[in-house]
Amino acid sequence: MTTLQEDKLLDCSGMLCPVPVIKTSKAIKEMQVGQVLKMVSTDPGAPPDMVAWARQTGNELLDSHQEGKQYIFYFRKLK
Amino acid sequence: MSKSDPKAPKRLAIIASKGTLDWAYPPLILASAGAAMGWDVAIFHTFYGLTLLLKDIKAEVTPLGNPAMPMTMPFGPEAFQKIDWPIPTAMMSTPGFNAMATGMMKKLFHDKGVASVPEMRAMCVEAGVNMIACQMTMSVFGFQKEDFIPECTVGGAGMFLDYAADAEVQLFV
Repeated sequence: MTTLQEDKLLDCSGMLCPVPVIKTSKAIKEMQVGQVLKMVSTDPGAPPDMVAWARQTGNELLDSHQEGKQYIFYFRKLK
Repeated sequence: MSKSDPKAPKRLAIIASKGTLDWAYPPLILASAGAAMGWDVAIFHTFYGLTLLLKDIKAEVTPLGNPAMPMTMPFGPEAFQKIDWPIPTAMMSTPGFNAMATGMMKKLFHDKGVASVPEMRAMCVEAGVNMIACQMTMSVFGFQKEDFIPECTVGGAGMFLDYAADAEVQLFV
């Protein structure tokens, strides 16, 4: 896996549904098309929610993986 | 409010009919999540759901008449927190019990990282969720528009159905 470099980091540790989705949505609105957002969550419900969020908003989920208790997501803003 | 543009965002139409602390969450969670997905969202607040529009939300919760509600402690060791205490029904109707159950649920939610009901509502308002107060139930219960947050609008069944007719998702809570 090539290492992804984020333009912005959003830490949603300790927050439960739907806050990670809302914060991700707000964060990406403030970014430029093509930029990459890294989001870190500890919510075990985040993986399916963030896949759905990317599909519904038309942003690209570049990578998602788990590191210990953290779920890490990389999104590219597409529009 | 009908959706003539086929490229318009998806729509979510929710009816919020309950005003207890536990039932305040589902409409606000779904509405804020929908807005975060780029959808157009409206909540029609009717009957006790109107109280979620009050400037100061006083929502409480009680296990009385709700045997499915777990009565667990929001403090102490994990094994202690998992015990579902058998509270006698007669005790649930004693003065102060609602306040205690409400305080415990608020603490539990806060400790687990769930946003409070006022925070959830603020997120909905900030995301542009259309918060509609039902005029008929406002008249019945004596609520004035000034009792509610200034962002809310007032409407009726016809207005809500006109919006909901073009919504991909319609939910009654």
